[in-house]
Amino acid sequence: MSYQYNIGCSLNNLKGIREFVRNSLKHEGVQEVEMSAIVLALDEMCSNLMIHAHHCNPDHLLELHIEIPARGKLIFEIIDDGSVFDINYFNEPELDNLIHQKRKGGLGIRLVKAIMDNVEYLRRDNKNVCRLSKDVKI
Amino acid sequence: MVHIKRIQEEGADIIAVIGEIDASSSIELDLAIAKSVGEGFRKILIDCTGLEYISSAGLGVFMSYIEELRDKSIPMVLFGMKEKVANTFSILGLADLLHIKENKLEAKTLANELSV
Repeated sequence: MSYQYNIGCSLNNLKGIREFVRNSLKHEGVQEVEMSAIVLALDEMCSNLMIHAHHCNPDHLLELHIEIPARGKLIFEIIDDGSVFDINYFNEPELDNLIHQKRKGGLGIRLVKAIMDNVEYLRRDNKNVCRLSKDVKI
Repeated sequence: MVHIKRIQEEGADIIAVIGEIDASSSIELDLAIAKSVGEGFRKILIDCTGLEYISSAGLGVFMSYIEELRDKSIPMVLFGMKEKVANTFSILGLADLLHIKENKLEAKTLANELSV
């Protein structure tokens, strides 16, 4: 199965992204807590891109693709043409530092890395593709 | 997206967070806690019974108040989280940094103990 959703880079559209992910996976037998974690990871990746690569410009588009090549195997791709920020090279700040600096950011990448099995970046058709994969227990 | 209600009980400000908190709505949580602190409440309880979803933007709001509230000796206790919401806190290990209880009674008791 495969699903696609195109969305403008407005934070008001994050709810739509979450609904798209939930609806696409609703027949896959994913348990509720795991489903919520997956939805969260996609929300975090998309909001990061919207804010940092597209400055929340609603005219800029993200494409979100979901591929389910086999039962329990989930592949998500977020495609855009903004600047690339590879989270694999990002050293998350220690929680103690975040508290001390009263920073409200810096937690999202930690969540994505904890939830997803793999995050990789590639170029396809002159666009950036961020591919996240996750095997779920069903 | 998110609806926030504040009620006062026994000297505590109870902030009920209903709906979903993401990067577009976390500011409302931030404002509610800031108001509570600004109005001089000595105990803050966050009612998460109606909270369906929280992303890192919302978690970051709670984190950003930890030090200020500690310095001012104002306990902030969260309660009533659904499992899917609690899981988000535990993935990051925030359950150890924030005060989180099952229900309002336990939250009030802890807040009273901490504010002595």
